[in-house]
Formats: sequence, C-alpha cells, structure tokens
Amino acid sequence: MRLENRLFESLSGHLADIFDRLKRKGALSEDDVNAALREIRIALIEADVALPVVKDFVNAVREQAVGQDVLRSVTPGQMVVKLVHDHLVATLGGGPGDSGALNLNVVPPAAVLMVGLQGSGKTTTAAKIARLLQAREKKKVLLASLDVARPAAQEQLATLARQIGGASLPIVAGERPVAIAKRAMDTGRREGYDVVILDTAGRLHVDEPLMHEIAAVHDAARPAETLLVVDSLTGQDAVNLGKAFAERIDLTGIVLTRIDGDARGGAALSMRAVTGKPIKLLGTGEKLDALEPFHAERIASRILGMGDIVSLVEKAAETSDRAEAEKLARKIEKGGFDLDDLAAQLAQLRKMGGMGGILGHLPGVAKVKKQLDQANIDETMLKRQAAILSSMTKAERKNPKLLNASRRQRIAAGSGTTVPEINRLIKQYQDMALMMKRMGKLGQKGLARHGISALMPGNPTRH
Amino acid sequence: MTNGFFARLKAGLARSSRNLTDGIAGVLTRRRLDDAALDALEETLIAADLGTRLAAQVVERLRQERFDKEATEAEIRGVLAEEIARTLTPAEAPLAIDDDHAARPFVVLVVGVNGGGKTTTIGKLAKRFKGEGRSVMLAAGDTFRAAATEQLTIWGERVGARVIAGPAGGDAAGLAFDALAAAKKDKADVLLIDTAGRLHNKANLMAELEKIVRVLKKADPAAPHAVLLVLDATVGQNAQAQAQAFGDMVGVTGLVMTKLDGTAKGGVLVAIAEAFKLPVHFIGIGEGADDLRPFAAKDFARSLVGLESPEG
Repeated sequence: MRLENRLFESLSGHLADIFDRLKRKGALSEDDVNAALREIRIALIEADVALPVVKDFVNAVREQAVGQDVLRSVTPGQMVVKLVHDHLVATLGGGPGDSGALNLNVVPPAAVLMVGLQGSGKTTTAAKIARLLQAREKKKVLLASLDVARPAAQEQLATLARQIGGASLPIVAGERPVAIAKRAMDTGRREGYDVVILDTAGRLHVDEPLMHEIAAVHDAARPAETLLVVDSLTGQDAVNLGKAFAERIDLTGIVLTRIDGDARGGAALSMRAVTGKPIKLLGTGEKLDALEPFHAERIASRILGMGDIVSLVEKAAETSDRAEAEKLARKIEKGGFDLDDLAAQLAQLRKMGGMGGILGHLPGVAKVKKQLDQANIDETMLKRQAAILSSMTKAERKNPKLLNASRRQRIAAGSGTTVPEINRLIKQYQDMALMMKRMGKLGQKGLARHGISALMPGNPTRH
Repeated sequence: MTNGFFARLKAGLARSSRNLTDGIAGVLTRRRLDDAALDALEETLIAADLGTRLAAQVVERLRQERFDKEATEAEIRGVLAEEIARTLTPAEAPLAIDDDHAARPFVVLVVGVNGGGKTTTIGKLAKRFKGEGRSVMLAAGDTFRAAATEQLTIWGERVGARVIAGPAGGDAAGLAFDALAAAKKDKADVLLIDTAGRLHNKANLMAELEKIVRVLKKADPAAPHAVLLVLDATVGQNAQAQAQAFGDMVGVTGLVMTKLDGTAKGGVLVAIAEAFKLPVHFIGIGEGADDLRPFAAKDFARSLVGLESPEG
C-alpha cells in the first residue's frame, strides 16, 4: 500500500530514490531538477516541515541550482544533493558562532526562562540544563517552578532538583507566577546563586491571559536566556507556535526535545526559519544527562538522511598522507594524474575501511545497505580494480594512452577480469583526471576531499 | 445533540479552523475553481496536517466534480467537510463501557508518548464516568516521571476517585495488578490506569508496556477492556507511526486527541482513522475537568473547515 510505504520509509530513502534516478542519467535536464524539487517538497512536508518554510526552501534551492549551472556540472546528482544539504544547514543556522552555548555572561544570578506549550518538555529540560551547568561549569543553580496550573508541577521540579543534587525554590502555596519569579531572583541574589532557572506553565500561544502573564514574568526576571521548548514531533502548527511566542516575548533560543524519537524533526527547520532564533540544545532522552548541543549539520543530515558526511571528510583528511598528497597536488597542477595515483587512491580507500566503512558515512546508505547485504558488489569491485591496476605494466600506469585493445585483453586475462571492466576503470580514471585538473587550484585540502569523493560516483563533494 | 454542546465544541475548535478558513477565503477570491485555486486548496489542507496524500485525494475529488465551475465559499466548505467527514464517520464511536460485565471493573489502559496529556485525560475521564453514576478507581502507573503520582492523586481528590499508587520508580506492571485487585475488591465499575509516557521507538519501554497488559490478563483475561492512545493535536505525521507502534504492542482500541483548543488542527487524525480503522472516542479542548468531549465526525469536520452548526 502506497500510504504505508510512504509513511514508514525514511526521507533518506525518498531522496536516495530521487538522486538514484538523477545519477543514472548522464545529463540533468531542467525538468529533472524540477522533478527532484517536487519530490523534495513532498518529502519535507512528510518530515513535518511547515509548508511556508518548505516553499521558501525549495524556491531558494531552485534559484541556486539555476545560478550554479547544475545542468552542466560533472555529476549533477551530487550537485543537487549538495545544494539541498548546504541550504538546509544554512537555514538551520550552522554559522560558526552558533555553537549552542547558553549566554549567561551577566551580573549573577543569570535568569533562564523556559517557555512553551503543554507537554513539550520544559520541566525536564530545566532540570537537564541545571545539571549540565552544575556538572560542567560548576555553577550554583536554583530551580524555580512558576507552574501553578498543572497539578503537582512544582513538586515535579523539586523532585528533579533533588535527583540532580541541586536546589529548588521552596514552594509557597497560592503564590502567583510573577511573584514566584521575583522571589526566585531575590533568593538567587541573596544566596549567591550563579543561575536561576524559571520553569513556567505550559501555555497555548493563543491564550491571551497566559501570554500576557509570561511577558510580565519576562519583565520581572530580565532573563539572560529565554528558551522556547519545542517537541520535535510537532507538525505544521510549528509556524503558528513559533511566530506567536517570538512576537510576544524576546526569545533567545530554541530547545528541541524528544529528538530520540523517530520523527524526522522537520519542526527544527520550521522553528529556525520562523523565529530566526538559534536552536541551542537538543533533548536526547528521558535521563537527566540526555541534553546535547545543537549541530546544524547533524540535524540537516537527519532530515535529509545524508549520513555523517562531515566525519567522512575528516576521516579522509586524517588517513591521507600529507606529503603524499602534496606530491600528488603538484602532479595534478601539471595535469599529470596517472593510474599509479589512482592505485594509491584505491589503497587509501581500503585503508579507510573499504566501501562498507565509507558507505556508513554516506547518503542513501539505508538503501545501499540492502543491496550490499545481498551481494558484496562494491567490495569486490575495489579488489578487482586493484587487480586490474597491478596487472598493468609500469609504463601503462604512467601513460594510460598506451592501453589499446590487445593490451586490455592481456590485462583482463592477467587480472581475471573482463575488458568492459577495464574500460569502466579507464573511464573512471579519465573523469577523475579531468575533474582534478579543474580543481587543481583548490590545493591540497580540496584534493584530499575530491580525490576521495571522485572515486565514489554519486557522492556529494564538499568545500 | 444540544446547541450548548456544539457551541462549546465550536469555541474550542474556532482557533483550529481560523487559518484553514482564511486559506479557503483566499481560494475563493478567484471565484473560478481552476488549477491555481485547487493548488491553494491543497496547500491549505496540508497546513492542517492532513498529509500530502489525503490532501491530494480531497482536492482530486473537487477537481472531478467542480473543475472550472464557479463555486461559492459555502459550497467549497461543504464539499471539503463532507469529504473529511466521510473518512471520519466510521471512527465516530463512543467508548462503550460494558456495565453488565460479569467481572468488574472495566479496565481502561491509557498510553502514549511523553507530554501528550495522558494524566489530564484520565482526570477528565474519571470526572465524566463519575458524572454518569459509575464508581471509578485510578492507578498511578506512571512511576517514572517525577511527581506524576502526585498529579494523579490531586485529580483523584478533585473528582472523588480512589487512587492506587506505589513508590516512585516502582514496577508499573505490579502496580497495575494490585490496582485491579483493589478495584475488584471495591467493586469499582471502572479502573483507569495511567502509564508513563514513552516514545514508540524505544523497544525496552514498549516491552514494559506490553508487560503491564500481560500481567493484567493474569488477573482478568479480558483486561484491559480498552486501550486508549492519547495523541497531541500539535503532533505531525509521526502520529501515524505512534498509532502503528502502540497498536502492534498493546492493541490500541481507541484514540483520544488532546489540545485541540490551540491552533493545531489535528488533521493527522483523518489519516489515522482511515489507515488503522480506529475509533476516536474523545477530544480534549482545555485544561479543565469538563474539557473533554465525545468525538463527533461531522462536527469535527465542519468545525475544521469553518462551517457553522451541523444540520440536524
């Protein structure tokens, strides 16, 4: 059934299918780009990215795609993946200063105000932040619950404070939220706390009296951080919610909870786009230490199912021998990339854990894994290519132009392969040499990355 | 169905339908139902969390019947509501409590992801059943979340229901078993069992939930007589995965959708009702004890598209 297929298949699978189609074509027509973007639109909506945000996103990618001559690029599929991914990271706010750190650099006590809908995870997150500040930054933290609406909400925070070995403001029955906030700040000043975390009642953004109240609490406590806590399972309503809170109070950041669920987390993109505020922290589990800084790259990869390309690139840089790479770079500048160099690249690929190891870092891996399990084609291919190269003479590897039909037959016999396989390898080498010549100016860094990725047709290149 | 009821439901849903209504009004400034108008209509439905497939389906029907015709606002809304209600009507079924059940109590297990509103829903259900003249007992089966037991205990005091609770961090299945024994002894008509919220992709937590069901069956093979999955209206398409996982693990028999008093439209309910053939028993439209309403497909559909009271 189509519905079920759609439902439980990951976005990763979706995009892998799209790009698989793109990859199989030699060239990419404008219709192909539009078709891919249509699928991306549907995939993003099914990942719960809010519709207005999806529209902006798709339009921006289309604009970039046209501007950057995607249709003429060597591997159009790679280009589209890269544009989609990069734009997603940019929208999620992957700037270098966007590290997810809380800015508590004020005269103590620094107030942290937690706001959000009912059931988004404010109270648990408040305790997690307190624990983090106590453990990692040795801060003295006071937790105070302003939630006088939900039965036993104040007891919940007090219990959590005990669990993390921290302090909570004594509960005074009948006290109103603004008064509690003031008392918490007074206590914080008097008793020398570094940070006072104010947990508030969950409220609907259309509840006028409660939205007025939260603004009053904000005025009273003058928080250094005002964090909107959002459930990553949230659907299209994320735009309304984000807009309403951002309009009424001066938010400084977003905390995304339940990221350990299997929702694709489209709400992250919606919230970031609508509020313009950075996503600072991720709730990654029920335990009180399950709080992590936000990484735009990782969330983008999660939404797109891209795998951790960053770590692949890092691994490639680690593994490649620096001097070797420099030698290769000089050679390439002169346009002298030969089959010996290809053999070295293949050896490096094996050193990185073979195709299997590398595939774990690459987009669409869920899809590829199935095929890998059935037939170990890719590993075999690497070995066969190595065999082909070692069956060549030194002169042939230096000058591939020597490889006429009879030499190719000899190599096929010698390596236990076939002539078409050899032809494919030579074609791969030629594509690679052409590409390397083009990017010779990128220098060693670029080389290390592109050298690897050029061996892997269909994988995105990164700058 | 009284006017008073509809007024309350409509008040609760008014905000839900506002954006959808605005969207439709925008569609209708074009007067003629052409491709652009239908596209806009489809987007409006998507923004209501209906999902891409259902939105396309509804719009396709409009296209076949009315394409290029001039349509009034009321007509469009009517067709939309009809189409949504058509899918939802089979899901319109009250939670039938079998009072003649030989072995009382009627056991209701309440499950769902964290923060969906399980405990509040139990408080409201207890109020409702008490109001219908039944004796109700509550089991504080959420032994994980801090002060969850206290929260349910306060609800028990509010509505006058006995609450069976255990130590924090205790075994939820054992507690459920004890609560069932106590409810039998007290000859309670209904036992409502709260559970800790859990994400449906956590295998160990789902296994714990399954254990509660297994243990209950030792005391009464027919228990639990109902398993209610609580869904938050703000949830997106992931609700379908939740319905699937909880259904597979503990045999969900019905749904409650909470927090419909916000701007979230809860459109994913349509897809769930269709795909899983599950009844929707109640909707939550506020934090008060009375803010739980029986689900009415036509009202829901008409309110969702911004129409006035149902005819008849």
